[in-house]
Amino acid sequence: MSADLLSEVRGVAADVFAVDAKTLHAASSPEQVEAWDSVQHLNLVLALEGKYGIQFEPEEMERMKNLGAIAALVGTKLT
Amino acid sequence: MDSSDLRHQIEELLSAGEWRQAAWRLQILWDKHASAPLAGFVVSAYGRLRDQLKLTSHRCALLRSFTLEPTVPILKACAFRWAIDLSIQVGEFNAYPQELLDGASNLYGFQPDTVILAVQSRDIVPELGLRPVIPNQEIVDRATDQFAGWVRAFRGHTAANLIIHTLECPAVAAQGVYDSQLEDNQAGAIQQINHNLRKLAAEHRGIYILDYDALVARHGREQWGDERKWLTVRLPISAANLVHMAQEWMKFLAPLAGREAKCVAVDLDNTLWGGVIGEDGMAGIQLGPEYPGAVYQGMQRALLDLSRRGILLAVSSKNNAQDALEVLRDHPGMLLRPEHFATLRINWNDKAQNLREIADELKIGVDAIAFLDDNPVERQQVREALPEAMVIELPADPMQYERVVRDCPVFERLTLSEEDRQRGSYYAAERQRVALEQSAPSREDFYRSLAQEAEIAPVNALTLARVAQLTQKTNQFNLTTKRYTEQQIAELAKRPGWHVLSIQVRDRYADNGLVGVAIVFDHGGTCEIDTFLLSCRVIGRTVETALLASLADEARGRGVRRLEGWFVRTKKNAPAKDFYRTHAFQLLSETPEAQRWGVDLADTQLQAPEWVRVRLFVAAEKA
Repeated sequence: MSADLLSEVRGVAADVFAVDAKTLHAASSPEQVEAWDSVQHLNLVLALEGKYGIQFEPEEMERMKNLGAIAALVGTKLT
Repeated sequence: MDSSDLRHQIEELLSAGEWRQAAWRLQILWDKHASAPLAGFVVSAYGRLRDQLKLTSHRCALLRSFTLEPTVPILKACAFRWAIDLSIQVGEFNAYPQELLDGASNLYGFQPDTVILAVQSRDIVPELGLRPVIPNQEIVDRATDQFAGWVRAFRGHTAANLIIHTLECPAVAAQGVYDSQLEDNQAGAIQQINHNLRKLAAEHRGIYILDYDALVARHGREQWGDERKWLTVRLPISAANLVHMAQEWMKFLAPLAGREAKCVAVDLDNTLWGGVIGEDGMAGIQLGPEYPGAVYQGMQRALLDLSRRGILLAVSSKNNAQDALEVLRDHPGMLLRPEHFATLRINWNDKAQNLREIADELKIGVDAIAFLDDNPVERQQVREALPEAMVIELPADPMQYERVVRDCPVFERLTLSEEDRQRGSYYAAERQRVALEQSAPSREDFYRSLAQEAEIAPVNALTLARVAQLTQKTNQFNLTTKRYTEQQIAELAKRPGWHVLSIQVRDRYADNGLVGVAIVFDHGGTCEIDTFLLSCRVIGRTVETALLASLADEARGRGVRRLEGWFVRTKKNAPAKDFYRTHAFQLLSETPEAQRWGVDLADTQLQAPEWVRVRLFVAAEKA
């Protein structure tokens, strides 16, 4: 996973959660980020699908434990 | 400028407290890049500007049978862009019947201005198509009664507006193609429910129908949804289409929140026509029924439709008034004429000044004026000087102008008053047209109902290119199929004794433009038809008789005694082969390739049909 991609995913997540991107990291997860509830998780998934023109499989949604894992998953779909 | 640069600018301007500069850039950002990924940013940016901007508050409740939370930030962003601060409450999943029926529900507690009832076929009529267990009519009646009950309860509890989604037809019927063979099939039943919904809405005040079925069809039934999202999280709309759902809601919320453009002020050069009249001249600008002029006729047609909704049209253009007025009055490609405009500002003043004057003259607020201009610099000037005006972001590609105008929510109307209708006399004419179409029994009646007007004139600088193009392109109704270049046509027109005529045909439905050409020359008392052709779009409507009759009249006037011409057979011109015979010409000679036809002008009764009104423009004497 490239650092660029992680920073893009942080940017998308920051918009969705309405927080400053600087407060988000690869390890940021629903447990740590207050705004990250199930609705916002879906919004994040849709924002990423819209931005990159990709689709996540239902099983993959389970693996999106933190922003680092999400960025890695996006990376595998873009290559 | 791409979206990330623009975002960056907006963030810096917001940090610097330059709220006015940030606000108009946000409009551009959203107009150009509206999408789910951008919605969060736009909403939080507007959140920071909330106190600086003059926003209209509106409370909207969403009742739903499926997941639609992801549309909430997008809808908020759409609303902010049109200066509406939307508070949104989303009802519990599938709780809409209780919410509507119970006067003490969260729905009514929220005190909404507008409620959207977003339900789908699979929730309301899941049994439909599972024939023959329950007859369709029973299902239709039950669904209709349900909706009627909800609407009555709603009207009893609140004066809010209610927007009801129509039910969508299936992409594939439950019974496959067999369903299409049935008189009362699945799609038909759904359309009947939707029809009943429209009747229901008409019986109450403030109930409106959103045609969800048409929206889904517009974007493609297979493309609209994303089956994974439906099966996993009950979201029936794909990530890319969420914005289209929100924009459709916005078309209702803008007029309901009072954000209606009462007037649209339009630029002329490169907006209503292609090119610059001051530089390109009447013959050089792009405007007419053919590409590229057709692009701008599309735009003009959209504006005509707005005027028929009672929206006033105004011109704001930097031009010499005389040049621009000549186009408005006389250019054959213009669909809009001076009488369609409530006021004209054609001068060299800045556009913000012109818009202020237009608002004063029409006695409306500047915040009720929409502004259409292809030039980003002019748009920026108006955005900075008049932040309350509705400046519409036209894309760089003129082929998208018409769509942008038609999709703009501030031009939407949910009802039309008698006064609105009378602003254009269109509706009466339209009703007549439909009536005529339905009652045209004989061929002659049909011709009469077309109300065709033909304008026959010598070729000129404006028509030269089209005349040459027709000789190049026309294959079917073409008697001699001689191909000429523009240069050759110009040269023929100058030759002594030669006449190059064009025919333009307009009917009740459309301006067909320049659709026919005749080239003739006189020699020794005979007028020879060198070329006679008609575009296929008007074949079979008797305008060819009108053109031939005009040739005969003109020839008689010049003291010519006979009219003669060739029919030269090609693989494609069969539609023209009986033309001379049916107009009482005599066959003079014949080979497998060609026939020679002629008629004595003293003997012929050749006349334009009474149902074609012909206007003949006579050529000036040649030197």
